[in-house]
Amino acid sequence: MSLRQPSVLPGFGLTFGFTTLFLSIIVLLPLAALVLRATSMHWGDFWSTVLSARALGSYRLSFGASLLAASINLVFGFIIAWTLVRYEFPGRKLIDALIDMPFALPTAVSGIALTSVFAQNGWIGQYLEPFGIKVAYTWLGVTLALTLISMPFAVRAVQPALIEVQRDLEDAAETLGAGRLYTFRRIILPTIVPALLTGFTLAFARAVGEYGSVIFISGNLPMKTEITPLLIVIHLEQFDYQGAAALGLVMLVISFVMLLTINLLQAWGRRDQVRATR
Amino acid sequence: MAVLPTSAFADLASRPGQRTWLHAIVRWLFITTSLGFLAAVLLAPLATVFVMALGRGISAYLDNFRDPYTLAAIRLTLLTAAVVVPINTVFGLAASWAIAKFEFRGKSMLITLIDLPLAVSPVIAGLLFVLLFGLQGWFGLWLQQHDISIVFALPGIMLATMFVTFPYVARELIPLMEQLGNDEEEAAITLGAGGWLTFFRVTLPKVRWGLVYGMVLCNSRAMGEFGAVSVVSGHVRGLTNTMPLHIEILYNEYNFLGAFAVASLLTLLAAVTLVVKTLIERTGYRRH
Repeated sequence: MSLRQPSVLPGFGLTFGFTTLFLSIIVLLPLAALVLRATSMHWGDFWSTVLSARALGSYRLSFGASLLAASINLVFGFIIAWTLVRYEFPGRKLIDALIDMPFALPTAVSGIALTSVFAQNGWIGQYLEPFGIKVAYTWLGVTLALTLISMPFAVRAVQPALIEVQRDLEDAAETLGAGRLYTFRRIILPTIVPALLTGFTLAFARAVGEYGSVIFISGNLPMKTEITPLLIVIHLEQFDYQGAAALGLVMLVISFVMLLTINLLQAWGRRDQVRATR
Repeated sequence: MAVLPTSAFADLASRPGQRTWLHAIVRWLFITTSLGFLAAVLLAPLATVFVMALGRGISAYLDNFRDPYTLAAIRLTLLTAAVVVPINTVFGLAASWAIAKFEFRGKSMLITLIDLPLAVSPVIAGLLFVLLFGLQGWFGLWLQQHDISIVFALPGIMLATMFVTFPYVARELIPLMEQLGNDEEEAAITLGAGGWLTFFRVTLPKVRWGLVYGMVLCNSRAMGEFGAVSVVSGHVRGLTNTMPLHIEILYNEYNFLGAFAVASLLTLLAAVTLVVKTLIERTGYRRH
């Protein structure tokens, strides 16, 4: 294949040139600046920043809470998607549209609203208080905020896969005497596993980088309720650009690994679909 | 979005085994769990925004919008969106034309690079521009000598917003244009129409709903962005404070009425975004 296949349409040079130029200025050059800044540090300084007790504490919270939030969404995302696809009930279309609300709602708004609902005297927080469950200003609050903002990813990944499930296969299984649970495990689950995993990974990737909604509900105590993006901001506020860049690089590398995983999972899902339609 | 034709539900209802008590219980469990989860995590926070904002009556609510700093924040947010959305729209159109209309080497690499900002934490997006244009940054000294400020000023806010909303229009248009194909454009060109005429009279009408869809999402994110803008803004009241940042300042001053009043505007914006999005999906346009 030559560099570009011939076409009668004009404008390739103009649009391709503009695209790559703009991409370089807005995205690639700034990313290069971060990588260069972090790698120009002394190895010792880099590792002592990235592996400091405070940084390790922030990774534990950021990754732990994100994993938990993604797992919660794996379960509830599936239940919601199933409800929307399989059952008809009043208000279904409204709920379906509302699923995207966390995408559209600015994170600062989610943050202050969740905090006021789950604070000790909040609508829901007051009923949890007698059981000794504190949500706002603890790691639970962080998990809750991450669950809210990553929920649409899980639902929207599973929904199309559930629609694709071939009902005639389900019918055949049940006609042949399979129970509902057996049919679910052997017919439905295998078709939607790639979608479930994609939703999980997308939710996790979004949750790890989240900042706006978390800082209001977390209380921001070092080592306890301090997420990694907040630690980066703290480094910046102390004009420690190197330290911020080092932590930024760690997060960036993790994001790229996640992105790669998502692409592989989606390729796997497509391959399965092709096999199913054959 | 998943919208099933109504006949699918009629089909479901007529299936054998759909009227047993077990099925009814399972159905009830699923619907209650879904609605309960959404009510606690999504609907309660949404309702609380308006309850808190209107807690002392309509006139107290409206008073918040007489505050000059709040007005300045609203103006800055509108200005930022007015600059960022058109630029990213032009970029999205150019990128989708290059990618969807031509076959070239490195295409999938280019698509991945365009999607990159979606995988980057907003805080890091802000950090990138501080590292480039901040006082200790690459161009920091030069900018200071020439008395140009980017970070902690308007250009920084716009650059950071442009970064986080970069892929929104492009990722709507690329799959749409690929799906619609090149036949009509090729016919137009073969019949003697110029490139620009073909673009404005053939391509643009074809992809109009995808374009609006992408622009609406881009606008929503541009107006609501917090993390990236927070890092580059410097939080100067009346000057570099956008609406989301102003919410944080009011909230940290325990001015909850004010914070939720500004939040209610952004919530309305989100609601409008969802309505427009749903209406576009009604036209038959589907997300890919």
